[in-house]
Amino acid sequence: MTKFDITRRGVLKTGAIAGAGVALPTIFTKRAHAYTNEPTGDTVTLGFNVPQSGPYADEGADELRAYRLAVEHLNGEGDGGMLNTFTYGSGAKTELSGNGILGKKVEYVTGDTQTKSDAARASARSMIEKDGAVMITGGSSSGVAVAVQALCQEAGVIFMSGLTHSNDTTGKDRRANGFRHFFNSYMSGAALAPVLANAYGTDRKAYHLTADYNWGYTTEQAIRESTEDIGWETVNAVKTPLGAGDFSSYITPVLQSGADVLVLNHYGGDMVNSLTNAVQFGLREAQANGKDFQIVVPLFSRLMARGAGENIKGIFGSTNWHWSLSDEASQTFTRSFGEKYGFPPSQAAHTCYVQTLLYADAVQRAGSFEPCAVVEALEDFEFDGLGNGPTLYRGADHQAFKDVLVVKGKENPESEFDLLEIVEITPVDQVTYAPDHPQFAGGSLGSCNNGA
Amino acid sequence: MFGLDRKDLTLFLVVVALALFAPFLLNPFPSDSGLAQFNAGYPDLMQRFVIFGIFAIGFNILFGLTGYLSFGHAAFLGVGSYAGVWMMKLLTMNVIPAIIISVIFAGLLSALIGWISLRRSGIYFSILTLAFAQMCYALAYSVLTPITGGETGLQLNLDDPRIIGASQTAEGNIPVPHLFGLEMNQTWQLGMGGWEFTFSAGYYLAAVVMLVSFYLAIRLFRSPFGMMLRAVKSNQQRMNYTGLNSRPYTLAAFVISGMYAGLAGGLMVAMDPLAGAERMIWTASGEVVLMTILGGAGTLIGPVLGAGLIKYLENILSKINKGVLEQWFAVMPDGIDTFLVTIVYPFIGKGWHLTLGIIFMLVVIFLPGGLVEGAQRIGKLFRRTRKPAATDDPEHHPKPQPHVGE
Repeated sequence: MTKFDITRRGVLKTGAIAGAGVALPTIFTKRAHAYTNEPTGDTVTLGFNVPQSGPYADEGADELRAYRLAVEHLNGEGDGGMLNTFTYGSGAKTELSGNGILGKKVEYVTGDTQTKSDAARASARSMIEKDGAVMITGGSSSGVAVAVQALCQEAGVIFMSGLTHSNDTTGKDRRANGFRHFFNSYMSGAALAPVLANAYGTDRKAYHLTADYNWGYTTEQAIRESTEDIGWETVNAVKTPLGAGDFSSYITPVLQSGADVLVLNHYGGDMVNSLTNAVQFGLREAQANGKDFQIVVPLFSRLMARGAGENIKGIFGSTNWHWSLSDEASQTFTRSFGEKYGFPPSQAAHTCYVQTLLYADAVQRAGSFEPCAVVEALEDFEFDGLGNGPTLYRGADHQAFKDVLVVKGKENPESEFDLLEIVEITPVDQVTYAPDHPQFAGGSLGSCNNGA
Repeated sequence: MFGLDRKDLTLFLVVVALALFAPFLLNPFPSDSGLAQFNAGYPDLMQRFVIFGIFAIGFNILFGLTGYLSFGHAAFLGVGSYAGVWMMKLLTMNVIPAIIISVIFAGLLSALIGWISLRRSGIYFSILTLAFAQMCYALAYSVLTPITGGETGLQLNLDDPRIIGASQTAEGNIPVPHLFGLEMNQTWQLGMGGWEFTFSAGYYLAAVVMLVSFYLAIRLFRSPFGMMLRAVKSNQQRMNYTGLNSRPYTLAAFVISGMYAGLAGGLMVAMDPLAGAERMIWTASGEVVLMTILGGAGTLIGPVLGAGLIKYLENILSKINKGVLEQWFAVMPDGIDTFLVTIVYPFIGKGWHLTLGIIFMLVVIFLPGGLVEGAQRIGKLFRRTRKPAATDDPEHHPKPQPHVGE
């Protein structure tokens, strides 16, 4: 048993300690900055949050290479890359001159998202709380992008998303502090549909296999709506679990369904496996409804094409950027990336590099790292010379509008990187939509957040 | 005091001190030194330490006491998180209702899963819990997308119908979780020379909850109920033959530990209001098993230490990249520095799993009792050198068993 003896001296002592305890917080300096992680020294820290493990580790590694290259160029090392081609809508050259951002040397920290929203948020939070990152960028899946974007909104830093293709990122989950340069499912559909109509006719019956998560849903919806607009019929849409190694049980019913086109709304390893299964089942040689059976893959990437190998030949898809583009900016970027790493960059690398430059430029123009000033500088910002032709960062939803590439698996590739050929560059007008388009409805940017 | 004996009280007070002074203890290096990389005293990681500590304490009540190895505890954490976020979406941003509802939902789910799974023991029990957890994950990831947000995770929106409190702030942003007005992401900085210490409101809430759960766990370990659970572990058959029905005890332990997991889930969303399906995947369940074994199963403090070690490796080691390594070894002569970078590189960054695997192997092989056993051995080493005569026992008195709390 315990017994408490209350004495006058004891009460005084306790009172003194309690008083000191209450007074203690006043000596703490509550963050005196105007906004979260205001860079006060002669350096500024950016956070590169990419998947270094998990299903999209390949993309993540390529993104990280692009970020390192971008930092080099911003700090005036290397050949300057696309800083030399980056121009504004008015035709003026970028204000970035290779002496960092606003004269501050660019430093960076990296983290592993593991392609999980939880891990991605943990690593982004540690960059913000521990390393003082003023901007977070990266990611290779939409779930992660949406989660980190929401976190950055709360914390009051800018988020420049990497590879994220789902409509939701700038649709129902859009945030004022987040910006997306990459294209989206709707754009893929809008760009692919006319090409498909040309190549395969308007009287087709499509069968969708869809990865069973948000990106799969929005892509299926976008492709369905666009192809139904040109007269196609959707026979069936089947959801497949993410990461299923073997898709044969999903492929078998396709030929009996009366469909003559198979749309694979898969990405990464799933797409490689499902396409390989489909080819093994002889779908490409098959005939249905008196026509040749066809396969379509809405979102292509070079890394996927390499995984799928031979099977990808002649298959249509869309992509954000490809290194074989002949404009000066793309060539400049491919050259400086190739010189540093020995192979051409992927579309993930391209979008990440561009996002870093766009952020740096916006800060330079705004004259401040303050998130709200950066948001203002980026909204309705027109630029060119970053590989996609004239581009607009629309203020209403923070989505970049630019040309979309429709590509086809190359019949006679010359190297392991030369796997896709560009069929058509779909002009931006054809893929532009209203900010409140039904596929994007339900979201609201809110207002920009400067944080503490 | 508090109904604890002297040894337990000392242990509890040590944990209290560790929790309260964590911002100092975890930031041993000045913030502009090269070693600042290893500082763990920032709010997010400190919160993770205590939250996963709670998770592991709860898991240890089941695994450490009854020996039932559940491979599905992440499901309860996940369900707690989802329930907590829904509470914030529908009722209020105050974290108390969210945490309470998390515990309740996790308790209900664990009662259901436990009721079915506890019909079997050993490996069959583990497989059943694993299967249930994977079902929960699959449901959350795709089937129940309207409720769980699917792959993106469940998050707050600007148009949530919050009954108490506004659905958005005056500036048009999503409100922050708070405890009666004290916002969870509130921090105070204390600069002392080169050191900078961060005190976060969220961390201290989580730490207080952790201390309460730790205290409850001590009481439970020392109670007659805890003794029953130990009996289940040592020989369930003999217990059954003596006429005792062990099912109610194991089920109660299962539900309690499920509620601890739910509490951890609720706290996680209180700190960061997003619930992702990944926190229910089987590797997350495996992680808590690792934490418990690494720290020392069946000990009081062990799981907390294990949780701390794993979260530290995950968050600190995974952030060291090649550039940082090159900086460290830049002082070495050419050739040697690249050699060192090549040697160390596989163990840092994305290779942190490899490091964790090696540590885990070493601990299991050399310290079967976990980190706690390591600490005991070191302690014994010092005690022996100080007073070797104390072990002298010519009459062979029965020796006291090592205290489980050590």
